[in-house]
Amino acid sequence: MQRIGVFICWCGSNIGGVVDVPAVAREAAKFHGVVYSAEYKYMCSEPGQEMIVSAIKEHRLTGVVVASCSPALHELTFRKNIARAGLNPYMLEMANIREQCSWVHQHEPEKATKKAVDLVRRAVAKARKLEPLFESAIPVTKRALIIGGGIAGIQAALDIADAGNEVVIIEREPTIGGKMVLLDKTFPTLDCSACISTPKMVSAAQHPNIKIYTYAEVEEVKGYIGNFSVTIKQKARSVNSKCTGCGTCWAKCPTKNIPNEFDMGMSTRKAIYIPFPQAVPNRPVIDRERCRQFVKGKCGVCKKFCPTDAIDYEQGDEFVTENVGAILAATGYDLIDWTKIYGEYGYGKYPDVITGLHFERMVNASGPTGGKILRPSDGEQPKTIVFIKCVGSRDEAKAREYCSRACCMYTAKHAHQVLEKIPGSQVVIFYIDVRCAGKAYEEFYLKTLHEGAIYTRGRVSKIYPEGDKLIVKGADTLLGRPVEVVADLVVLATAMIPSAGSADVARTVGFTVDKDGFFQEAHPKLRPVETNTGGVFLAGACQGPKDIPDTVAQASGAAAKIIGLLSHSEIAGEPTISSVNEAICSGCLACQGICPYRAIEPKEIVERLPGKQVTRVVASVNSGLCQGCGACTVACRPGALNLKGFTNEQLLSEVDALCQ
Amino acid sequence: MKVAYYPGCEYETNAKDYEASAKIVCKNIGVDLVEIPDWSCCGSTAAHSTDHLLAVSLAARNLALVEKIGFDTVTASCSACYQRLALAQAELAQDKKLLEQVNEITGYDYKATVKVSSILEIIAGVDEENIKAKVTKSMENFRIAPYYGCLLVRPSKVKIDDPENPTIMDRILQTTGAQVVDWSHKTECCGASLSVSNNDIVTAMVSRIIKAANAADANCIVTACALCHLNLDYYQSFVTQTKGALKETPIFYFTQILGLAMGFSKKEMGVEYNITDTAELVKKVV
Amino acid sequence: MPKKARDRSCKDNRNCFIPKLKTFQRGLGFFVMQQPIVIDDRKSDLSKEVLLHSGQDASLCFQCGKCTAGCPVAFAMDLTPNQIMRMVQLGLIDDVLNSQTIRLCAYCSTCSVRCPRNIGVADVMDSLRIMAAERNIPGTDRSRKVNIFNQAFLDTLNMFGRSHAVLVSLLFNLRSCQPFHNAKLGLKMFNNGKIKLKPDRIKGVNEVKEIFQRINRLKKGA
Repeated sequence: MQRIGVFICWCGSNIGGVVDVPAVAREAAKFHGVVYSAEYKYMCSEPGQEMIVSAIKEHRLTGVVVASCSPALHELTFRKNIARAGLNPYMLEMANIREQCSWVHQHEPEKATKKAVDLVRRAVAKARKLEPLFESAIPVTKRALIIGGGIAGIQAALDIADAGNEVVIIEREPTIGGKMVLLDKTFPTLDCSACISTPKMVSAAQHPNIKIYTYAEVEEVKGYIGNFSVTIKQKARSVNSKCTGCGTCWAKCPTKNIPNEFDMGMSTRKAIYIPFPQAVPNRPVIDRERCRQFVKGKCGVCKKFCPTDAIDYEQGDEFVTENVGAILAATGYDLIDWTKIYGEYGYGKYPDVITGLHFERMVNASGPTGGKILRPSDGEQPKTIVFIKCVGSRDEAKAREYCSRACCMYTAKHAHQVLEKIPGSQVVIFYIDVRCAGKAYEEFYLKTLHEGAIYTRGRVSKIYPEGDKLIVKGADTLLGRPVEVVADLVVLATAMIPSAGSADVARTVGFTVDKDGFFQEAHPKLRPVETNTGGVFLAGACQGPKDIPDTVAQASGAAAKIIGLLSHSEIAGEPTISSVNEAICSGCLACQGICPYRAIEPKEIVERLPGKQVTRVVASVNSGLCQGCGACTVACRPGALNLKGFTNEQLLSEVDALCQ
Repeated sequence: MKVAYYPGCEYETNAKDYEASAKIVCKNIGVDLVEIPDWSCCGSTAAHSTDHLLAVSLAARNLALVEKIGFDTVTASCSACYQRLALAQAELAQDKKLLEQVNEITGYDYKATVKVSSILEIIAGVDEENIKAKVTKSMENFRIAPYYGCLLVRPSKVKIDDPENPTIMDRILQTTGAQVVDWSHKTECCGASLSVSNNDIVTAMVSRIIKAANAADANCIVTACALCHLNLDYYQSFVTQTKGALKETPIFYFTQILGLAMGFSKKEMGVEYNITDTAELVKKVV
Repeated sequence: MPKKARDRSCKDNRNCFIPKLKTFQRGLGFFVMQQPIVIDDRKSDLSKEVLLHSGQDASLCFQCGKCTAGCPVAFAMDLTPNQIMRMVQLGLIDDVLNSQTIRLCAYCSTCSVRCPRNIGVADVMDSLRIMAAERNIPGTDRSRKVNIFNQAFLDTLNMFGRSHAVLVSLLFNLRSCQPFHNAKLGLKMFNNGKIKLKPDRIKGVNEVKEIFQRINRLKKGA
């Protein structure tokens, strides 16, 4: 016979202002099995929790009902609380009389009070059927896998590796470094982006705990928190590990003039190439779609000249399996392809309308123009440069509704660079709002203003050529007048979107994305670096548009979470999972097909019947994979499957209590 | 192919050249235009600026007449008429209540089944090879700036092509061997609705379009709209004759270009009715 | 009905006579007083009225100014399109309905197809024109001329079932007191045989007249 205590919370005026709490407590005292009933202003506070502990001891309670807010908020608090008093933490049942009662029935206090009583009766009915549950122990593989070798992935890898864990990085491109290594200077400090990111790339490559797969993709992910098994597809590089990166092959390669993706097509590369001089690893890759050896079947120049015999035309894609305990998704961003959307800006047909990333490459000393700002059309130095912000951002009609967050600052930085590099130049920046919420950001913006950048509040409606100039038609909404700028170069701050293929990563690893395709964090405020899938974390612009400081901060945050996970050799598994009553399981395995987590497998058992032994098949639940969703219990015809903490018996008693 | 045809109020006056050339060209490529009996004015800008219900009702009477003579598609040569009919159709097909109310006002029992197509769409719908087969002369000396204006490509509900860079007319004109230039003011408004009331504004608007056509090195502008045609044709004289800053640029209907290419005479195509001088260029049809 | 409507517009606007005074002063070339916009607990329902008329929600506008930037007539307007949108949001009904802008808008819809908030700005302008007509606001200067033209156009349409360019021009010139307006164009067109003096009266002209009458009756009934 259970001895149940009921504790009703006022939550200040949140509940107490609507529901007659003392009346509910009086009613609760009358319920079958209840030996103690009390109310208090804030049950979750220190004195409130103390009250529960002492009541458990004093009244020898075997089960506790707390009627307060949503269990999502405080179930864990009260579980820990009753455990302090010596009860099994799962002998707790909560009644949500705030979100589900006082908040939604603010104007009907009497009916709300009656509903609160009903909800408490339901909780008590369930509490009478509760059984102690025990957490299982899951072993943890002390290695982490990071998908994406940009600055987020590199930072997290170094942090996790420095803490003594092995890390595997998978990068789709032939080099790590991501977008940051392509940039010139970074705001607001104007330090050289490559100078601060290439040392990190090298550190990662040389770190004894870090293993890097470049030109590779995630093929399959199996397993669960602490025990993932990841199949990696290593795309054929056509260059083996004997390569020393001497550069003879790409110097001799006869296939020239292929637009270099890493310079936004503003420079060219060979068919065998490294993306840029600081590439890590410093090992080339053959572009098989362009290489003569592959296209025409004859050439072999690189193989002939390679001093270490590292060229391997026969190399095929390889599949490698890595076992890890945690996965970090850090797949970054791409810029939206404005040329498909913005006809009013010319659909990309005017060569002197470029994006911010083109500008970064151009202004970069190691970029295609050696750091000179030049018009792509004629190579002349531009005098009047227009920057347009929010191209694709804050435009739900044509592209994305959200703000891309980094553009206000990098545009200010671009403006500063133009004014610094081109004497007598003129910069016009069309903006809707100037958003500089970051340390030393506003100061940077003000400096750019002071340097002479003309900030014009209005969105540009049309760009068209007139002679060798571009006419930019905007507005000055502060003056209420249309504006026309006769420009030499136009730079568009295009929206950041999830990188191509990130949806596939989410599907393969098994976590959710938001309405814009960014990876969904478990909680926007309190669990920003975790996904809803145990053991899978995220960092950087794959979670939402971000600048470098925020990306690095989030990467280190995610690393800390992963280090925390990997610091245990075992972790506690949730006990609220499915279990099979093998005696009545018919072995139909209807549950197996319905389980979304692939947690149910057939198992053979031996039964001793009078006079003989029989082998038969039953369902068995993998406690590591089961997430406790309960879908299998509904599919089970004999009722052999039960979700612990939500058994059929418990649920039916709740229904009975509510239907009284 | 038989299509119901809505000529529009200017069919015998300002747009008589458009009307004539469209009919001849359509007939030549096997499109039979059947005039709606006793059609009335679509209401144009004046109606929709004054009363929404009036605008829809005036258009609906004509749509009802199309339904009555058993046609499922109606075409209009004038872009303004096209837009009014198409907008009314879009609203009537979507809103049952409005349809009932409008039927009460017009006294017709319109079922909202008629599809409204611009004459550009009708001609673009004809197999390109059929058109090419009829082309007997080369228009290679014509460097055409195709001008769509606003009524055919906006608003989104009734657009016949991309509002920023439409190409439907470009493709039709290319069948004649003409050079079709890419230019910036394909869909800028010429301000026709203000041309009587505020002609100084319209002159400024027209001059921008002529300037852009000059910049693209076009030797003529081709339109599919009677209002644009008159506007561009007449108001450019104010900017081409003073100072000589802009070059006089003849304005044609796309049907005139097609007709000339098909070997019809300039008289049949009505190219002499222009205010700008077309004779020089028409001589270059080879 | 007109009187009642004007009363309501007066109540809607906190500055009451100021905008009219402003328009009057502007017409005479005076310095224009700028009274502060007063926002108090009398909430304006201008946004809602526009929504009802046009189906377009002006309250979504975040003032990026792209409508103004692309508007081919903006150079001739007294208020830019984005200022009109702002005034609709704030309920400054007299400023809006007395502006030149609402009738100078050519309904080319460039604003509508480029608006990042998916607002049919041109439809908002259309509904403001209609609201001005409902309240018998004739407009001043350029906007008055547009209004006279529209009325002349509808009058000939009502008479014959089709519009008649010559008569529209005549009526416009008479009513706007500029008898020789556009005479040069008329002459050129006449020489080109593009003018027909006799109007085109359709058989079903009474059906068209009925349309006008029924709508007038509906409006009076409302």
